[in-house]
Order: sequence, then structure tokens, then C-alpha cells
Amino acid sequence: MYVAVKGGERAIDNAHRLLADRRRGDRTVPELSLAQISEQLALGVDRVMVEGSLYDRELAALAIKQARGDLIEAIFLLRAFRATLPRFGATEPLDTAAMQVQRRISSTFKDVPGGQILGPTFDYTHRLLDPQLDLGSDPELPERAPVSSEDMPRVTDILGRDGLIEASPQADAEVPVGDLTREPLSFPADRDLRLQNLARGDEGFLLALGYSTQRGYGRSHPFAGEIRFGEVELEFVAEDAGFAVPLGTIAVTECQMVNQFKGSATQPPCFTRGYGLAFGQSERKTMAMALVDRALRARELGEDALAPAQDEEFVLSHSDNVQATGFVEHLKLPHYVDFQSELGLLRRLREEFEQDAGNNGAMQEAAE
Amino acid sequence: MNAPSYNFAYLDEQTKRMIRRAILKAIAIPGYQVPFASREMPMPYGWGTGGVQVTAAILGPSDVLKVIDQGSDDTTNAISIRKFFAKTAGVATTTRTDEASVIQTRHRIPEAPLHEGQVLVYQVPIPEPLRFLEPRETETRRMHALAEYGLMHVKLYEDIAKFGHIATAYAYPVKVAGRYVMDPSPTPKFDNPKMDNCPALQLFGAGREKRIYAVPPYTEVVSLDFEDHPFTRYRQNAPCALCGAEDSYLDEIVTDDKGGRMFVCSDTDYCETRRAEGHFGSANAPETERADV
Amino acid sequence: MFDPTSIATDQPLLVADNLAKSYGRLPACRGVSFKLYPGEVLAIVGESGSGKSTLLQMLSTQLQPSAGRVSYRMRDGVLRDLAALGEAERRFLFRTDWGFVHQDPAMGLRMAVSAGANVGERLMAVGWNNYGKIRDTASTWLQRVEIGLDRIDDAPRTYSGGMRQRLQIARNLVTSPRLVFMDEPTGGLDVSVQARLLDLLRGLVTELGLAVVIVTHDLAVARLLSHRVMVMQGGRVIETGLTDQVLDDPREPYTQLLVSSILPA
Repeated sequence: MYVAVKGGERAIDNAHRLLADRRRGDRTVPELSLAQISEQLALGVDRVMVEGSLYDRELAALAIKQARGDLIEAIFLLRAFRATLPRFGATEPLDTAAMQVQRRISSTFKDVPGGQILGPTFDYTHRLLDPQLDLGSDPELPERAPVSSEDMPRVTDILGRDGLIEASPQADAEVPVGDLTREPLSFPADRDLRLQNLARGDEGFLLALGYSTQRGYGRSHPFAGEIRFGEVELEFVAEDAGFAVPLGTIAVTECQMVNQFKGSATQPPCFTRGYGLAFGQSERKTMAMALVDRALRARELGEDALAPAQDEEFVLSHSDNVQATGFVEHLKLPHYVDFQSELGLLRRLREEFEQDAGNNGAMQEAAE
Repeated sequence: MNAPSYNFAYLDEQTKRMIRRAILKAIAIPGYQVPFASREMPMPYGWGTGGVQVTAAILGPSDVLKVIDQGSDDTTNAISIRKFFAKTAGVATTTRTDEASVIQTRHRIPEAPLHEGQVLVYQVPIPEPLRFLEPRETETRRMHALAEYGLMHVKLYEDIAKFGHIATAYAYPVKVAGRYVMDPSPTPKFDNPKMDNCPALQLFGAGREKRIYAVPPYTEVVSLDFEDHPFTRYRQNAPCALCGAEDSYLDEIVTDDKGGRMFVCSDTDYCETRRAEGHFGSANAPETERADV
Repeated sequence: MFDPTSIATDQPLLVADNLAKSYGRLPACRGVSFKLYPGEVLAIVGESGSGKSTLLQMLSTQLQPSAGRVSYRMRDGVLRDLAALGEAERRFLFRTDWGFVHQDPAMGLRMAVSAGANVGERLMAVGWNNYGKIRDTASTWLQRVEIGLDRIDDAPRTYSGGMRQRLQIARNLVTSPRLVFMDEPTGGLDVSVQARLLDLLRGLVTELGLAVVIVTHDLAVARLLSHRVMVMQGGRVIETGLTDQVLDDPREPYTQLLVSSILPA
């Protein structure tokens, strides 16, 4: 006799117990510490902080551990926690010109004030697997140089002084910064919400879109004006104090693309900007973000908006990997009843089709 | 480390107030999709985050909650959501339709008639009934605002021209209170007539798409159709094998790989209630009767 | 061919009053005023860049004039300023009392939807709710524009250019509009296909007593279809009058050049 399935509750509990066991893996292998993840898988932690939009290395490391290394799952964990945190307000805008730079490169000028600094980069490594890493020997200590007191102006500021690049739009201090986790996004979206959406957006999605603009789908002739990574000071205006209080520093990567120029009858031609900013060392992310940001400005700059990367509603509606993964994966939930309804309709249509075919056959026979 | 602590029914009170405002607006404009600031919930988008937020916003300590998925209280996602509220709100839960004050559902409307004072909360994946005809939100909002639903009728016309029938079996579009065309969520069209003039309040939550909409009690809900191709319900042509019901929507159970099938109520509470009342079906007829066969 | 007795009323249907449009400092259209009466066909002719398309866009409320106004006599007999209509009212006009025939049929049709549904859409938009009646009416209209009924369930993307244009006309006329705007309706078609389409249009316009504003660079189209002609140059109307009179005996030197086909149209 058929009995309706019961005991789902125990099944869920057992599944989660098994999951915990598999997360731990072979118990004779030492367990990962959060410090190990944070220190040795630092770029993974950076990505989880950026797309989880919460700057907390320890929690991000915990999320990665809990997610068994599945970064989108880890981002999801961090986001769900972030949603419960109270909002105190918005910090003052970061001054990236005052960044304590660890890496800074420009592809537009051979030399710039403050110089080109390679810093910790995969660039120019020969991608040869290194068996030494398996032996656990410590690498050489890095070369050190005294902290430079030289200013390191942003390349776009240098161009801006001569009016060669459009002015960076100034936010209206009277208007509070939008928060797309607190208000539903509507279109067209303002710049603050667009950049927020892209900063939280899936790195792979932005990478593919940015790449598509380079291949001609909405090309905007970009130059990497500057990419810089380092620590910047964070300030917050506390209402009681009445002045900006430093909260500490965070590591960020900033990318400013210099793009094809614009001009009009009233304005001399000048370069246009695409902007990317992310927590930690997130170079690929910020470069892709800057390309997509510029592509999404097509309408604002009076360009045709025909390519996918230029379609604001399309890009901003599909960039979020927590939303995307949820909806794609919801297909594994039961759909018995709607499938049954579809099945019923299909069976009926097929029956009618066969009847018609039968009738036509009979008529043909009668006619013969 | 910032150890998390959580409010009654998980959401903070400010968020609940924001959601209640959206719900009130939705009730005031039946069938209209109200944008709301959907929160990032500790469960995946597409798994009921909208329904969960609506339920969390309306739940009080004295409520009795029932959660169903595919009509059943025992499907894994229903259990998971019921546990979530039992844990975060400590409310009483039930599997009995008539005992519940709040019923959260995915894909079904219970078979037992709902009564005044009850709230049915639907989980909605895609709230926009015009989405698959016109993907752009900017365009569909204008179509709703101007009540321009010609495109929807074009779709129904095309179905009949092509298949001889309106080829929509679930998420069958309805018009609410003579104004807004609304997606009833992916319920089978069998359930559509239950929405019309229903004594219970019906609330719809779409978390990922950030929309809430509502059908107030005793509101007209009409399934779109043509005079000469009227809306029809679909039900498998069989009684429930467990309780013998001939008026309930059925799950098809594949019993072997040789074409063996049986049909049982998808609404488990309805089926169990009937069996408790002494009804039975072909699969569990009493021994005495079986001996007669 | 102008028959004054065919005008049902002596009150104008569409009134343009000192219309102007400029893009920045560039004037595209200036000081255009005229009255269109029920059943009257007005052709606007001129070279490309003369402002005739801009004018058509303003008349049909798709472009907001920089100055001046357009009024339309609604079915209740009241002349109303179109700029004062809400978007819902304007869209309703477009679905019922007006038609717009685009040069490119893809702009006026749903290319992936069957011909029957293309014609039926306007009926359904005004509340028709009987599949059989919608289909019968669509069939009648397909026949009137000489499209075989065996093609009723095919999408226009499978149609030839001429058929698409005829389908677009059927889609516009199914709700018995009183006013139809046409933007180069024969442009882009072969000469033989053009002739057949013009014949069909002339028949329908006369039979239905339609008022039409037609923009064309082709004076043959104007001669065949219109009662009156407005000649535009550089955003201004430089000459206007009965079609035969303007085309046979043009006053303005520019019109003379246009008529003698010395100017590239």
C-alpha cells in the first residue's frame, strides 16, 4: 500500500548532520583555522567581503569555512547576517588620493608622480605550479622600502587639471546615499545605486560583460588610467561630536578607466570615465566593474545603447549572484502540482492531435 | 566576533512596519504590485523569501501557523519554513487548514474552504503576469498603469489558434476587482476559482523581485478567457487512491517503470481528514470489503 | 477627385495651430497651421530634411511641439487640445480612432505573432472577448487587404514586404478609425508592389471615408491618394492647395522644381 512520504523533518536533520561531517572531511587532517583562511586565502576572503558587502575578514573567513569553500554560498551567509545589522549612517566619502598605496599602476603614462608600483601581483608570474608550496617552507621575506612621503595624485586628477577628462560628478551632500538593500531598485537607476549594484555584483558576470564590450558589443575604447590598491582611512560624522571621527582603515582597490572622448557644440571634447571600487585586493573585479559602469552610461552620454552591457535594466537585474543562485537552484524544489497541471494539458493536446489524425485518416479512406 | 541575535519572527520591528505598510497599500489597491524593500533573508531567493517576510510581518504570538508546499505539510521546504518560525517566533504550528490563522503556501490553495479571519500567504517567484510577454519592468509597469492588457489577450488568442486551447496550466492569469491583471503564483489553474470572493485575506510576497500584492476578502477574481473558450479547471480523471475524493487536485505517483500510476490528494491535510472521517480509496479499502471482491 | 459632398461635417477633425519644433537652436519645423476635415486626404510633400516627418510626429502626439498646438475632434464632437490629454487617453485614441502606418511594417506589427492576432489585438484591447468573432473579423480584414486566409496563423516575418504592409493597414483599420497617419507607406517596395498597394489604399480610403495625413516624397503617391497637398521646404509650408492645382500649376519656384523632378526627392 502506498503511504504519503513522511519524516521529512528527520531527513533534513540527518542531511545537515552529514553535511557537517563532510565539511570537516577526514578527521585525521588538522582543521582549518579562520586565521589560516584569512591569511592564506586572502583573495577569496576579499571577494566574499565585496560581494557580501560587509568588511569583516573574520566573518568572511568563517563563512568560507562554513560554506566548504563555495564562495557564493559564503557570500550568501555574510549577506544574511548583514541584513540583521542596524544602520548607524554613511561614512564620509573615501579619499583614495590619500591611500597608503601597496600597488599602483597606470597604462596611460610611462611615469607619473609617485611612480608605478607593482606590489603583490600575479602579473608576470610564470603560471608554473610550484611544488615547493606543498613542502611548507617559508618564502623569502619581501624587500622593504621606507614609507614615501611623496604625493601620489590620481592619474584622472592629473588629466582633470587640464580639463582633458570629464569632471567626476559630485554627489549632492543634501541627498542621502541610496541603499539598494533598503529600497527596491527602480529604473533608470542613479549613479550611487548603479555603482553599489556593480560592487556587489558577481565578479564572473561583470568580467564577461566587460569582456564583451572589449570585443565590440558596446565598445568604449578604454585605457586603464589607474589601478591602485592599499589602505584608506574611513571617517564617520558622529552626530554628537559634530565632526568627522576616524574609524580606522580599510583596504580597497580602485580602478579608473579613461574612455573615448565626448564633445558637443558647447563643450570641448574630453575623455570619459568608468569607475570601479571594491574591498581588498580585487583587481579583476574593479577593472570589469569600470568597463561595465562606462558601458551603462551610454544613454547619459548620448550613445546608442544596443549591446547587453549597455542595457541597464538587464545588467542591474541579473548581476547579483545570491539572487541568481537562489532562483536557478529553486528549480530543484518540488514542482509536482504545476508539473501535473502541465502534464494534464499536454496529454489532452496529444490525444486531440491523435484523434484528428485518426479522423483525417478515416476521411481519406472514405474518399478513396 | 559579532554574534548574531534575532528579533521575534527574525525581522526587526522597523522592517516589519515597512512591510506592513506595503501590505496595507496592496490591500487598498487589489492586484497591484507594490514595490517593497525586500530584505536578504537567511534562505535562498526563490525559496519563499517573499512569503516568509510577509508572514514574519503579520505574525503575532497568538497566531497558529500552517506551512504547505505542493499542498503538503511534509515536503522539505514546508518543514524548513515551519521550523524557521517555530524557532524564531515560537508560534504554535498546525497541519489543520481550519485551525490555522496564517497559512503560508507554495503552489497550492487548500481544498478545505478558507474562512474569515484567515490569511493565506503565497510564495511568488515571478509576480509580473506580463513578464514572459514583455521582459522589461519599465514597460510592464506602464502597461499596468494604463490597463493595456491587449498583449495578454494576444497570447491567449495565439494559444487557441495553435493548440485549440488556452495552453496555460498553472500561474493562469486573473483580473482582480475588474482592474489589475495578476499572477496567482504558480498554482495549478484548478485552484483559480478558489481565489474568487474568498472570505480569507490573500497576500502575495515576491522576495527576489521585491513586490507584494494582495486580494482582500470577498474580492472578485476572474480568470482571463474568451466567451467561446471559457476558462476550465483541470483535474485528473480519477478519485484519490487513499481517500476516494473526487473533488481534490491529485499528485501522480509513479509506482513502477512499467506504466504503473496512482493518484492521491496533493492536499495532505484534506486527505487525512477525509480518511479520519472513514473515507477510503482503492489503495486502502478495508479488509472486509476486500474479501468480498 | 475631391468631392466636397463626401465631407460629413463642416467642422474640422484635426487642427494644427502655428506648430513649431526646434532641436536646440536648429529649427526643424516652423509656423505650420492647417485644418483637416473628415474624409479628407492631405499629403505633405518635400525633400528629406524638409520637416515633414517632424510635423507628422507632432500631429500624432509622438513628439511634443516647441510651440503651437494640435487639436482633435473626439467622437463626442468636442475639439480638444491633444497636449492636454493624459497618456491613457492618447493611447486609447491610438488604439481606436487613429491609425498609424509606418514605412517599415516591423515598427507597426508584432513580427512574431500570427496575422490573425496582429489584426485582433486592437479589438481585444477595446474589450472584444469572443475568439470566434475576433477571428472572423480578422479574416474579413485579411481578405479586404488581399491576404489569403491560409496565412492567418502565420507570423508576418514569413510575409513578403508588400503583404506586411497590407497587414499593417488591416491592423490599423479594424477598429474603424476616423484618422490615419501614414509615413511613406509605399517606401521601400518594388514599383509593381507599390502600384497594387496604392490601388488598395485608394479604395479603402474612399470606401471608409477616412481622413488621412500622408507624408511622402513621391508626388505620384500624393497625386493618386490626396485631395490637398502641402509642400514643405526648410521646415516651412511654402505652398498649399488642391492636389491637381498644386501639381499641375505650381506657383512657387521650389514646387516647380519638385514637380519637374529636378530636385532629388
